[in-house]
Amino acid sequence: MNICVCIKQVPDTNRIKIDPVTNTLVRKGVPSIINPFDTYAVEMAAKLKEEYGGKVVVISMGPAQASKALRVCLSVGADEAYLISDRAFGGSDTLATGYILAGAIKKIEELEDLKFDLIFCGKQAIDGDTAQVGPQIAEQLGLAQATYALDVSCTDDHAIVKREVDGGYDTVLVQTPAVVTVVHTDQMPRYATYSTRCEAKKKQVHVLSSAELSELDLAQCGLSGSPTRVVNTYTPSVQKLGIMIEGSSTTELVDKLVGILDDKRLL
Amino acid sequence: MNTDIWIYIETENGKALNVGYELINAARPIAAEKNSKIVALVVGKNILKAAQDAIGYGADSALILDADEYASYSTDAYTEAITYLINKYNPETMMFGATTNGRDMAPRIACRVSTGLTADCTDIGIDEASGCVRWTRPTFGGNLMADIICPERRPQMGTVRPGVFRKAEFDSSRKGNIVDETANIHIDPEHIRTKLLEHVDVVAEAVNLEDADVIVAGGRGIGSVDNIHLLEELAEVSGGTVACSRPVAEAGWMNHNRQVGQSGKTVSPSVYFAIGISGAVQHTAGMQGSGTIIAINSDPEAPIFDIADYGIVGDLNAIVPALTKKLKERKM
Repeated sequence: MNICVCIKQVPDTNRIKIDPVTNTLVRKGVPSIINPFDTYAVEMAAKLKEEYGGKVVVISMGPAQASKALRVCLSVGADEAYLISDRAFGGSDTLATGYILAGAIKKIEELEDLKFDLIFCGKQAIDGDTAQVGPQIAEQLGLAQATYALDVSCTDDHAIVKREVDGGYDTVLVQTPAVVTVVHTDQMPRYATYSTRCEAKKKQVHVLSSAELSELDLAQCGLSGSPTRVVNTYTPSVQKLGIMIEGSSTTELVDKLVGILDDKRLL
Repeated sequence: MNTDIWIYIETENGKALNVGYELINAARPIAAEKNSKIVALVVGKNILKAAQDAIGYGADSALILDADEYASYSTDAYTEAITYLINKYNPETMMFGATTNGRDMAPRIACRVSTGLTADCTDIGIDEASGCVRWTRPTFGGNLMADIICPERRPQMGTVRPGVFRKAEFDSSRKGNIVDETANIHIDPEHIRTKLLEHVDVVAEAVNLEDADVIVAGGRGIGSVDNIHLLEELAEVSGGTVACSRPVAEAGWMNHNRQVGQSGKTVSPSVYFAIGISGAVQHTAGMQGSGTIIAINSDPEAPIFDIADYGIVGDLNAIVPALTKKLKERKM
């Protein structure tokens, strides 16, 4: 059972602040973390490896600093790590990202001399929140997909995936190789120990640039390969009345509120 | 190439989900300005009524795929069939509801036809400079809004959140063509690489927050699971539905299907009570489109007051029961 896990290093969006003067995102001082959904994907892969054997390869597209995130994965169950990094890949939207990652996955199969049975992604990254890259990798590779997975078990050429859907879950039989995107599961990602961290330090994070990924058509990568354009960004604005109801007792406060609701015929 | 706007109408056991009809209404201003036709694309089994209703809700015509192989959703069959139709008719724009299945399928289709797709939009309009559809979506956990266009490739595609738009009043006098494409598409069963083995409903009651007219939502400030009844009683007397913020769902005080926010549902009721909710962007991203927001919180500095129409600073354990009682008396 060989598994590739795609991860992303993201800013911790819970700690992002908006500069009140310029109304822009303050990224300075915001810690970079591994996208939380991806950590569940890594854990799921590590568990499957323990059960079925095989190799877990973790990959990430991003700048050089993303190798830190990959090294963390090496200390919690991944065997090999690849950073996909090139200026030509910058500014990619989901279509271009799916294209590049699919190309990288094919190259890594060649380099590692293996075939992946499963390719895992977190269901979405908490910075972009698109949930599109997983299905687009699957399409580029021509593979089946199962999104929003809570649990995965395997037979010879199939995976059984428990999917989170509205109001419950579906159990789906999926032909492998397949792409599976993983949600927040009950399996808490394991912590690195001193010894796994030391082991991870000895390993290399391999870097693949456009030179190594020579089969990629650069016209389909980065900004030039991205059909979508961000034309404007701004902080959400709300037009609200902002009236504070004042009063010296609960009764007075409630009477005033109900008075307003009545006047406006709101309830 | 034409200027048609296709709206995907997702069905479940032959019944349309509301989001499809909401999107028909949302697309109407764009269609009016661009002189476009709105085409409802309805896929499933026994879905003729859903297609007829789409016309009553504002579509100009409908395309249907009605057969056993579409009875339950599969990525492979739906992608193959819809891609065939896109290549045959070349619509200019295509919108899907950002549901579990919509977000599973739309990226796959966009990739197959090699076009741009914008995820999980909360607003749509026209980008003045380019004339393209302007897809607006929250990003960075709701801290930032982005306007996105797809200038060159077609169709321009987006998934749009359920509950952001309202469907139009149903007009039974509207007429439109329904074109059945089922016979033109044959999906090789070998191409369907997934098989649904079992569907389990975990939640006993269906919760439809997106359609609620009044929502009574509680946050961490309610203190404990034992106080949920305060919200339920207020909801009952005000004809509302109970909801919560993320910490409440994560603590297990309420089911996740009642969670409002960036990682939960997006709602736009006429009245939204935010009780013991601090107002983190994570939460407000899902409810700031509400008609009137009433916030009750003990902390006068809570950011929820910045986006509220009416705010009360005080102890919710006293105010909420008093409010429920007052509303009950008024009713009698």
